[in-house]
Amino acid sequence: MESIGVLMACPMNPYLEQELDKRFTLHRFWKVPEKSTFLSTHSNSIRAVVGNAFAGADAQLIEALPKLEIVASFSVGLDKIDLAKCKEKGIRVTNTPDVLTEDVADLAIGLILAVLRNLCECDRYVRSGKWKKGSYMLTTKFTGKRVGIIGLGRIGMAIAKRAEAFSCPISYHSRTEKPETKYKYYPSVVELAANCDILVIACSLTEETRHIVNRKVIDALGAEGVLINIGRGPHVDEPELVSALVERRIGGAGLDVFEHEPEVPEELFGLDNVVLLPHVGSGTVETRKDMADLVLGNLEAHFLKKPLLTPVI
Amino acid sequence: MATVEEEEPPLVLVHRPPNFNFPFKHRLQTRFCLLDPLDSDPPESTHSFFSRHSASIRVLLCVDPTPITRDLLSLLPFLQLIVGYSAGVDHIDLDECRRRNITVTNAGKAFSPDVADLAVALLIDVLRRVSAGFRYVRAGLWARNGEFPLGFKLGGKRVGIVGLGSVGSEIAKRLESFGCVISYNSRRKKPSVPFPWYENVYDLAVNSDALVGCCALTEETRHMISKDVMTALGKEGVIINVGRGALIDEKELVRLLVGGELRGAGLDVFENEPDVPQELFSLDNVVLSPHCAVATPECFDALEQLITANLEAFFSNKPLQSVVEF
Repeated sequence: MESIGVLMACPMNPYLEQELDKRFTLHRFWKVPEKSTFLSTHSNSIRAVVGNAFAGADAQLIEALPKLEIVASFSVGLDKIDLAKCKEKGIRVTNTPDVLTEDVADLAIGLILAVLRNLCECDRYVRSGKWKKGSYMLTTKFTGKRVGIIGLGRIGMAIAKRAEAFSCPISYHSRTEKPETKYKYYPSVVELAANCDILVIACSLTEETRHIVNRKVIDALGAEGVLINIGRGPHVDEPELVSALVERRIGGAGLDVFEHEPEVPEELFGLDNVVLLPHVGSGTVETRKDMADLVLGNLEAHFLKKPLLTPVI
Repeated sequence: MATVEEEEPPLVLVHRPPNFNFPFKHRLQTRFCLLDPLDSDPPESTHSFFSRHSASIRVLLCVDPTPITRDLLSLLPFLQLIVGYSAGVDHIDLDECRRRNITVTNAGKAFSPDVADLAVALLIDVLRRVSAGFRYVRAGLWARNGEFPLGFKLGGKRVGIVGLGSVGSEIAKRLESFGCVISYNSRRKKPSVPFPWYENVYDLAVNSDALVGCCALTEETRHMISKDVMTALGKEGVIINVGRGALIDEKELVRLLVGGELRGAGLDVFENEPDVPQELFSLDNVVLSPHCAVATPECFDALEQLITANLEAFFSNKPLQSVVEF
């Protein structure tokens, strides 16, 4: 399989890179100075693209690679892949579901706790020596608060299970109601936001869910409400969220994703009711290895003409 | 029997730190007559104030963390009840209380969910590098340096809970939902509990990836998380403490952390609060919080309810709640 060309869209994991290098002819797209020249030179040998949450395979790239057979994403989200184009051209697409569900759910709860209990601020307070001058202010209890989840898929369900251990009443909005769960369904995100204390975004990013959290939803969540985003930056109308936070029209936010990563709105840096993370939802040693193995497993299965492990298309 | 108009509100002596007026004082004052030496005008020492009122004092409200020593108790010969303001009672001379047959009540279960929430918050922060990741973003390093170093998964981690009381049980319940594997050490094995019990903290540490300190501080538990225990926990071990600072040999903890002999630590309590060992301030794998596990308004509401109920019960000869066994 060493002659098979694999294009890696961006740096994502040293182990994955190493293994791809061993097994295939790996092209590191981020190191290529002249991308269009490169693509025309190698258009006949590249048969696979490995992407992730930052870079995948858009229509332009797919068109430039006539021999492309498979796009294997090092993520569960598929928003960086032109799925319609892949379907049209018969290109297989795989992602990394399940292996990262727990880590992302764990981080969602970690963000909730960090925001409500001002944990990062408390840590700064101690390190700055301020504790010697007086106690930190009161923070907010998490146990028992109403948690509203947008998207009750694998990750949404895992978040619900954890929040239940904190005695939180759970409600949700998703495309279809899930009567088998005992959680309360709201037919719109605005209603969900109006009836919860903590709103968590856990759905996939599609054309329908872009800016699903907009000004109306932010207003409904209100001055005591907290927004948690472990989905994708474009789920939120970011400028609206920033002004709501700066003007204290919303209680706080825990964000792992942003509209233009790695840019993060600097107006948020001076606030004491936000926690901002550099897209680390699945960022553990254990899970990234599992994700890498899944990408490798899918590519191997494809080129050995075996059933794909986690096909999307 | 006195009529309602003639009856004076019952007397409660208050012992509190200076500059700390507990939040519900004014509401208590509507039901009880609070005698507080720090409110005396002209100012009077605690010693003198206590002595002057000693004949009429049967109950003392101790606003934590003001120590109650044997000397102080000797000024109150008719004292029957100390109503504590915290879960911990290590600031009260319990031996003397036992000798004098003085009942002590504490915050009981009122605080447990909030303390458990903070313990979990600290564990997630240490393993997933939440505070460190936020620092990275704030310093502009995400754009400059790229991907933030990976953290560690919670699921499947073996968490050893030191003291499976009210707080420990709440921690266990939460961590189970994350897929953590729970075991514990406590004075006695609890037959109704499904988790493995270890007779001592050392054995617990050998079989754990993280230790959570949440038991009472007593002579037996002082420094129970010792150098040997932390070494047994190992280089990938995490220490979380929401109990009392002195549960851990702090000097050893600092030495091990600075030397890279532990994966990390999340600490809400320290041996000499508010002094925190400065060597910890430059470590990225440590999360420090200023003894604020119970610092939520809901906690204080629950505490106010409990204290008010206990004071009323005492004065009407009814049973008390959260009596400390010692």
